[in-house]
Amino acid sequence: MADVLAFVERRDGRIGGAAFEVMSVAVRIARGLGGSAHALVLGGPGTASTVGDLARYGAASVSVGEHDALTQYTPEGYAALLADRIRQGGYAAVLLSASAMARDLAPRLAALLDVPLATDATAVDLVDGRILIERPVYSGKAFAQVELEATPVLVSIRPNAFAASESVGTGAVSVFSPTVESSVERVRVVGRKQATGGAVDVAEATVIVSGGRGMKDPGQWHLLEELRDALGPGVALGASRAVVDAGWRPHSEQVGQTGKTVAPKLYVAVGISGAIQHLAGMRTSKTIVAINRDAEAPIFQVADYGIVGDLFEILPRLTAEVRTLKAGS
Amino acid sequence: MRTIVCLKRVPDTETRIRVDASGTRIDTAGVKWVISPFDEYAIELALRAKEAAGQGEVELVSFGDSATQEALRKGLAMGADAALLLTGEPSLDGLATAKTLAAELKGSDAPLVLFGVKAADDDQQQVGPMFATLTGRACVTGVATFTIQGDKVVCEREVDGGTEVVEAALPAVLTIAKGPHEPRLASLKGIMAAKKKPLVEKPAVVVPSRVRVRALREPNARPAGRIVGQGPDAVTELVRLLRDEAKAI
Ligand SMILES: Cc1cc2nc3c(=O)[nH]c(=O)nc-3n(C[C@H](O)[C@H](O)[C@H](O)COP(=O)(O)OP(=O)(O)OC[C@H]3O[C@@H](n4cnc5c(N)ncnc54)[C@H](O)[C@@H]3O)c2cc1C
Ligand SMILES: Nc1ncnc2c1ncn2[C@@H]1O[C@H](COP(=O)(O)O)[C@@H](O)[C@H]1O
Repeated sequence: MADVLAFVERRDGRIGGAAFEVMSVAVRIARGLGGSAHALVLGGPGTASTVGDLARYGAASVSVGEHDALTQYTPEGYAALLADRIRQGGYAAVLLSASAMARDLAPRLAALLDVPLATDATAVDLVDGRILIERPVYSGKAFAQVELEATPVLVSIRPNAFAASESVGTGAVSVFSPTVESSVERVRVVGRKQATGGAVDVAEATVIVSGGRGMKDPGQWHLLEELRDALGPGVALGASRAVVDAGWRPHSEQVGQTGKTVAPKLYVAVGISGAIQHLAGMRTSKTIVAINRDAEAPIFQVADYGIVGDLFEILPRLTAEVRTLKAGS
Repeated sequence: MRTIVCLKRVPDTETRIRVDASGTRIDTAGVKWVISPFDEYAIELALRAKEAAGQGEVELVSFGDSATQEALRKGLAMGADAALLLTGEPSLDGLATAKTLAAELKGSDAPLVLFGVKAADDDQQQVGPMFATLTGRACVTGVATFTIQGDKVVCEREVDGGTEVVEAALPAVLTIAKGPHEPRLASLKGIMAAKKKPLVEKPAVVVPSRVRVRALREPNARPAGRIVGQGPDAVTELVRLLRDEAKAI
């Protein structure tokens, strides 16, 4: 039992960055254990044609479960099916990306398999044959290094916290047609309000442009949207709790203790003071930029780069210069 | 209708977390303890459901040490009707906690059991759906608001860029996220009334933890940052640094 399974999620019908991150960690752990890393993908008919890239990230095999009823995530159907495959595979570890879906799925899976679960890992290492997991606790105010004393070791990994590294895998794709009992679903999505397709989830974005009370008025958010657009695709808007509570921005954008925990490559905090509950949600970002007119604002203590001044003067200039840079590259 | 709310006592979110001499626990000296923030939202929604129905009970359950009484009293002061404290020591093994809670509540006829989406101490985001799976209940995660409609609960949950309306059959488990309804503050009258409400304490069913904490550490200090400059004239230098030094754009 030295093989590792990566459960890989598709987004908009494609295998993307987070999937490669999970695959890469699975490959690293499997190699250390002397086994190989396998991928499992679930989806509607035709899914198999979209998984080819996994071999480039070292998948020894890619197993694809296709069924009409798997086109959309269904909690009980996915959990039961996955638990079944995992039992059959006899893996040493099972990894998935800590996405919105995994937050719903992974605990159910853990309960079905009767194994503990480590969520949102920021490091997964093999030391003397043991899988050691580091994960944030107290909203990132501390890190716990834990070992799960059960098999398989079930871990969700934080998006953007691991590098996706290419390596050669055979990646033979096999398709199976599971029996899915749609009658087991006791939870049904019956509607969607104000759907704005294509928005990037702040918890998975590689760049976040975040606004706080210093923005003064929800009507000013176009300034942040323009910067977001200038920075390119994969950029999400974030917000402090103050502006969410004021009703200026939706809660889905809130970063911090009672919002999302994020770790993008670049976090730009605009008009955010940097309260401890906000810092808890973003302090592990790779590069932090702060724009604030108060040089004493606590946000500057975690910022790599800060500009002190009026954001209404600074933002348009920043957007323009980023646009120029992107146009030239 | 009976609604059960599972709550955890955690350090206040303002707390500066320090690791104690054992290297695997936090130093609790001077820590102020509170109901985990999302659990407070859960209490609020349970109270609203009771008010909307015009009848019913809200019961609080917590697994923790004796000091958790204080958090339960606070929930009673907000308006809950009864509380149960399962005394024991929760671990980082969320499945063990879910089993402890399930051992007590499995046979419960309460149509709704509410959890917070995540506890503010271990940040695991798992006990609710694990409990649902162990007890065979339907489960909706990340609920902002809900209403009971006959034998169903209709929930609104936030998804990327919008709100999803999700229906679940009762009995169900909901994990509650921050929504439009801020938790109420306990009134003086509520605090007085809470003193007379039933708070039962009994030992928790012990489930061994299979999560071994090898070390707890404080986050690496971020390398000292720098103020690039004042006002819009600093932008050119910022963009250069982001491109050449941080390679972030
Ligand atoms: C239990 C609990 C949970 C919480 N959870 C969260 C959470 O998840 N996320 C979160 O963010 N907060 C959270 N908070 C709230 C937190 O304590 C702060 O109140 C909040 O983060 C402040 O938001 P802000 O920085 O936008 O506003 P403020 O603190 O008011 O800061 C506004 C900043 O804008 C600057 N500014 C104003 N005008 C300009 C200008 N023209 N140009 C440049 N700068 C300007 C000011 O100097 C100031 O620093 C929580 C609090 C509690 C008690
Ligand atoms: N020791 C506990 N006692 C009662 N409820 C708990 C306990 N631990 C966790 N919970 C509940 O489970 C939710 C999620 O916790 P967690 O999975 O640890 O993040 C919390 O918000 C509580 O509602």
